[in-house]
Formats: sequence, structure tokens, C-alpha cells
Amino acid sequence: MGTDPQLLAELRAVLGPGLLVDPAACVAFECDALTTHRQSPDLVALPQTVEQVQAVLRTCCRHSVPVVARGSGTGLSGGALPIAGGLLLVLSRLDRILEVDPRRGLARVQPGVTNLAVSAAAAPHGLYYAPDPSSQVACSVGGNVAENSGGVHCLKYGLTVHNVLAVKLVTMTGDVLTLGAETGEAPGLNLLAAVIGSEGLLGVVVEVTVRLLPLPRRVELLLAAFDDVGRCADAVGQVIAAGIVPAGLEMMDAPAIRAAEAFAHCGYPLDAAALLLCEVDGLPEDVDDELARARAVLIAAGATSVRTAQDAGERKRMWSGRKSAFPAVGRLAPDYYCMDGTIPRRHLAAVLAEIAALARVHRLAVANVFHAGDGNLHPLILFDAGRDDELARAEAFGAAILEACVAVGGTVTGEHGVGVEKLGPMCTQFGAAELAAFHALKLAFDPPGLLNPGKAVPTLARCADYGAMKVHGGRLPHSHLPRF
Amino acid sequence: MTVVDLPPGEDIRDELAARVRAASASQTPLRIVGGDTKRGYGREVVAEGLAVHGHRGVLRYDPAELILTARCGTRLAEVEALLARHGQRLPFEPPSFGPAATVGGMVAAGLAGPARAARGPVRDYVLGTTLLAGDGRILRFGGEGMKNVAGYDVSRLLAGSLGVLGVILEVSLKVLPVPAGTSTLRRRIDAADAVALLADTTQRGLPLSASFWHAGELTVRLEGADAALAAVAPAVGGEPLAPAAARDFWHDVREQRHPFFTAARSLWRLTLPATAAAQVVRDVPQSAFEWNGAQVWLADAGSSAATTLARAYAGDATLFRRPVVDATTDVGEVFPSLPPALLELHRAVKRVFDPAGILNPGRMYADL
Repeated sequence: MGTDPQLLAELRAVLGPGLLVDPAACVAFECDALTTHRQSPDLVALPQTVEQVQAVLRTCCRHSVPVVARGSGTGLSGGALPIAGGLLLVLSRLDRILEVDPRRGLARVQPGVTNLAVSAAAAPHGLYYAPDPSSQVACSVGGNVAENSGGVHCLKYGLTVHNVLAVKLVTMTGDVLTLGAETGEAPGLNLLAAVIGSEGLLGVVVEVTVRLLPLPRRVELLLAAFDDVGRCADAVGQVIAAGIVPAGLEMMDAPAIRAAEAFAHCGYPLDAAALLLCEVDGLPEDVDDELARARAVLIAAGATSVRTAQDAGERKRMWSGRKSAFPAVGRLAPDYYCMDGTIPRRHLAAVLAEIAALARVHRLAVANVFHAGDGNLHPLILFDAGRDDELARAEAFGAAILEACVAVGGTVTGEHGVGVEKLGPMCTQFGAAELAAFHALKLAFDPPGLLNPGKAVPTLARCADYGAMKVHGGRLPHSHLPRF
Repeated sequence: MTVVDLPPGEDIRDELAARVRAASASQTPLRIVGGDTKRGYGREVVAEGLAVHGHRGVLRYDPAELILTARCGTRLAEVEALLARHGQRLPFEPPSFGPAATVGGMVAAGLAGPARAARGPVRDYVLGTTLLAGDGRILRFGGEGMKNVAGYDVSRLLAGSLGVLGVILEVSLKVLPVPAGTSTLRRRIDAADAVALLADTTQRGLPLSASFWHAGELTVRLEGADAALAAVAPAVGGEPLAPAAARDFWHDVREQRHPFFTAARSLWRLTLPATAAAQVVRDVPQSAFEWNGAQVWLADAGSSAATTLARAYAGDATLFRRPVVDATTDVGEVFPSLPPALLELHRAVKRVFDPAGILNPGRMYADL
């Protein structure tokens, strides 16, 4: 590409060897975990200081070069997909933990620090960072902020937005803004909420202050088996209606159970139509109380068996099946497509039945393994991209699932983000007025419109064309990471 | 789905939208009024009133979903009573400052009560909103789900926005079950020791849900299963209050009817790193703190004293209750000043939702 020599000179003066221009080096950053979309970046910046980030953004702003920020590249929706003619701003070298203060209950970290490293640094103080996306060993805190990442413990402990107190944000014009405060009570508008989950369209996060929580004194796990998917789904709401807020409440259907058992040998009941994993944590006395009540509710809801993990080893084994369910299901077919629709819990049984009916219409198998307590579905559509029209049928099936979620008041993405993947389905969920407001909000933060343009919010023109543009997710890279 | 009897309501959104459109066209500023119980919070808005209390009613509430959706004019007390009937509550314990307080006003003010330190702020529980923008557009953000990352999180941006972005017509809130048991303990302790005790208690994961310190006396509330409360009470220490006295005490703290608050002419609210509270209250005799030290109240302090103290400890000072002054006296800014680039961003965000700048102008900052 004919990159402007003046631009190159300015960037090199800022970054030195932290600027990559060699296509052979740049190609390593051509995609995130949505590998069906690839675009080799023309320029890759690897800043090591906040000042370098500011200078890179100012330079790009002057030259009208679009900028895509990237953390570890584990995102599932293409949010960090490079843009042709743009610069990829890789924040993984901003990887210092600046402060861990157990008395104030917080940690201050740079964006390239991995999610799990925060908890590891807090552990000696008996504390941890609650959001636990499945990629937590690799994903970065900056990426978590961009995607408002969740995990298996959201129902009780919230998403990233509930656990981040403040960020330092560099705007496209190079200003550093502090949004939020360590007290959680910053003056002015709550702009931090707009930035969390904004997929890199509003600014570049260069520092994050997170809330740390005490590690629970005791954790217990129940496994409840059901001979009917609908009864299992309805049991989810009954647990919650009984006043219990489990730390995790996860559901798997028969195809997922069988795949997980074959993969992880975790002791799941192979004759069950569905199962629930229900984890409660807290003080020992509170846990005893909740465990007894949860067991009673599950039996009353029609569970055919309810088992409590006898020790930490069995608990880990029972979780291992759930946590390996994505790769386990991945062995059932050459490709799978993971959806992320989220619905009010009361519709779980009906929407699962609809997914089963849609599977027959589209002649494809589907396995369900998901965050039932949050109503966050992750149907895994099985297909073989190498066979005639299976890819197209998988895409049509996926879109139909998301439409079913929106129809019952749900959302097209609960935790994976829109990125480039769900631009089409966004048109189902939002009207033109809301989409226009989103575009206007972006321009309030980023007047030149150079930060991650074209992601997260579809243009109105694109929505007019929606239908012909449904996109494809597919095999996940980082296959060593569990996906749940 | 549990069938719940919902209080009756009335939908006047079209009427409200028409008024806002007309005001936008004629550049007439409007002061959004719910129950008018929090008028003293923020700057005074001199403008025609836009009464929204008529837009009322709980639209959906299913205890198994832990979500309640209500129109803005629904009385807070009505929602709290409804939740209580089903063993649930608003976890952030919002103050009402009067029986007429509304759900919309609660979200727009963004104020949380004693449970804030343990349960989080109002914004953490806002899941979805319908917004009447300053030019009459009706926009819907978020929804009735626990997780939603589609589009920017405008709903949470509206929590604490004081009406400067639009009228919150409807809001969906996450609610939580009331814990099985509660106990309130009181002891004499100086501020430094109280802050240390509370930090230690929090770090150890004990089920502390509220704290209030004033004049050498610390009152704390624990919540959880009765067996858990009995087990942890000795570690916290102090004498238990009778249940009715405890309920009244926390109600008085939340509604600022505790004698510390009623005796104050003006009230500064400092939000601080909790570890700084002890130094601040040492310097100001008429003071109290909540939220384990993260929220400090100064009675009848001067503006420069309050802001200097807040700055010295990396916190923020807000003039929460203005001294009674002549109506023509301008008390100036009541919220901490923002750096210029951040204030400019606030103006740009306001223009997105209220291009004519007619909704609650000056409520948050003179020039917003």
C-alpha cells in the first residue's frame, strides 16, 4: 500500500521499533477470534506508554487515518478486525499492574493486563476480580472494557460495567479524560457507562480501575438432571423466584451433555434431557441455607436427580464438562456457529422449543449450553462449511434464532458484542432513531469519526439492505481456551 | 410466570412528547418535575415546569425475572410496597425525600442510600429505558434482560443525568430478594478505628450492608441468613438494636431525618477514598460518614473548606443542601467542576439528546 511517507516518519518518530509496517509482521494481527473475517493491517502500533498512545492518535487524527484498538484479540465478534488503510493500535505492551490496594478494595491496571492476572495479583489479599469471561487467561482488561465482558458469575456479581470504577480514556484528538472515580461517584454525567461496551468506537482506554471483591469463604455446586428440557428451563426461574441468587446457574441440553461427557468424562447423567449446574457461594452459614433451599426447589421443579459435589475435586470435575462444552461440541461437526442472544428468563422454555423447531426447518443440529440464570443463550449450530449450502443454512438458522430472541424482548448479543458480526441483526433490534442517536453519540466522543469506524452500529443504509448481508461466524481460534 | 397484581397506570407520553416538541420549536426551557422532592439537589432551574407524575404505572413485574418496568411518574413508595409483597426490593435503598418521589426522579437523581457501599449505585440496576429526547424523539435503549451489549449503554448513562439529556419515560430495573435476616449493631468508636474496622470487615467478606458514623458512634447493618449473622456479629462487635429501632434508624439515615441531618442548615457531600474519611471528620466537628467512609457529610461548612478538604484527599465535594438564601442569590456551581475537555464532552453529549438545550438547563452545571 502507498502509506504516506510523512505519516510513516511521524509514527516512527513516536514509536521507533514499536511500529510494524512489514506485511509479514502485520499479518499476525489480521483477525481476532472471529476468523471468518480477515484484513491484514497496513500499520501496527505497539505503544508502551500513554504518551505514545496520545501521539499516535494525534498523528492519525491529523492524517485522517482510521484507528482500531486491539487487546489480546480474543473477541468473538470482529471488534478488533483491522480496517484497510488504517492503523491497528495494539495495547498489549501496556501491561503493568499499577496498584493493588486491599484496604480501598481496588486495583489500577493498564489495558493490556490479562483478566486473570488481576485476580492473581489480588489473591494474596484474599480478593479477586469478579468478571470471568471464558478466555480470562488470555483476554485483556482493556478488551473486557470495550466489550463489557461477562462470564459465568454475572447474575450475582455483574458484568464488567458493574466492576469497573474508572478509566483513563484517550480521545481521537489525543486528550486524556478520566471517566468515573475510584469512589464510584464521579461528578457529571455517567459517561463511563457509555464507554464500557463501546467496542473501541469512543476512545482508547489506557488505564482501568477495577473493584476487587473478597474471595467467597465457601462454594458449593449442585447438578440437577431433568428428563424434559422445558421443565429444566422453568426450574431456572423457580430457583430465582425462591429468593436464591446463585453465583452461577448454567444449563446444558442432551447433545451438549453427551458431547461434554465424551470429551471431559465429568460424570454427567447421559440419560438426562437437560441439566442445571447451580453454584452458591458466600459465608458458610449462608451457603448452607441457600443450598438446602435450592435443592428443595429443584426437586419440586421436577428434577430426576440432584447431586451436590462432595469436594473441591468433584466440583472442578462437574464444572469441567460445562467449561469444555464448546470444544466438545466442536468435535461433533467440522464447523459450529455460536450465537449469543439473551432473553427474559420466563421465555427460556419457549425459545428453546423454537430453536429445536428451527433446527428441523434448517436441517442442522444444534447444541445448547448457556448462562441460564442470565437468560443468555449460546446455541451452537453444527454444520460443515465444505458441504453444499450448509454455511448458508447455518447463517439463516442463526439469524432466525436472534430474531426469535428480539421478538420476546431480548437482545442479539448478551456478552460477545456486535463488532462486524451482528451489524445485520442490530437492525432487527433497533429502529432508525436509536441507530441515529448511537452514531451521533459516537461523533460527540470522536468528532472525526476515525475510531473503529463501521463496527458495532450499522448504518441506516446497511439496515435497508439487511437480509442479503447476514454474516458468518465459525471456527474459533485460540482453541486451547475454553469457551462458555 | 407468577401473576402479580399491578397498580393501575396512565400513559401520557404523547402529550409529554407534544409539549417537548413545542418547547423545542419555541426554544422554551423546561424544568422536568416528578414528585418535586429533590428540587434542592443540583442547581435551581428557572423554567416552565413539565409535570411528568401523570405518566405512571408499573408495566411489568415478574418476581422470577428480578426485573420491574415502570413509567416514570410511578411513586417510589408504590414500587417499594409492591416489591416488598414479593420479598424483593430495590437493592440500592434510594432516598425518597418525600412521599411524592417518583421512579423517574430516583433514576434521574441517581442517589442511593445506606446500602450503596455493599450493593452498588442506582446505575448498576438500570437495564433499559425509554427516553423522551429534547426534540420530542422517543428512543428505546437496553431492555428487560440481565445482559445486553447491543448498542451503547445509554440507559445507564441516564442514571444521575438530572434530566439534562431527556425525560426518562420508562425504566426497567433489576431488583433482588430481601435477605433472610438482618441485624444492626452499635458501638462507641473513634473515626479512625471505625474506618479500619469497616475496611477489615469488608475485605473479609462479612455481610456488611450499611454503616453510619457520627460523633464517636458507629452503627452497622449486617444482612444474611440468621445463622450467618450470629456467627459474624462478634467479629464486628457492638450492641444489637431492636428490629423496629434498627428499621427506623436506617430509614432516618436514608431520608436524612437523623438529627445530624435535620440540624444542618447546609450540607456538603464528600465522596472520598474510604481510607481518608477519618482525617476529614477529624478536621470538621459537624460531620458524619456512611458507606464505610466513602461518603462523608459536612454540616454548615464553607464552600472553600469543603472543596479544599475533598481535593486534599483526592475526592469530590458537592453542595448537597443549599443554605437558605435570598431567592435572587446565585449560589454558583454545586457540583465539582469538570476539566475543560470533559465539560466540552458533556456539552456534546447533551446536544445529541437535547439539541435545543431546553431540558433542565443549568441543573447540573451552569453551562450545560
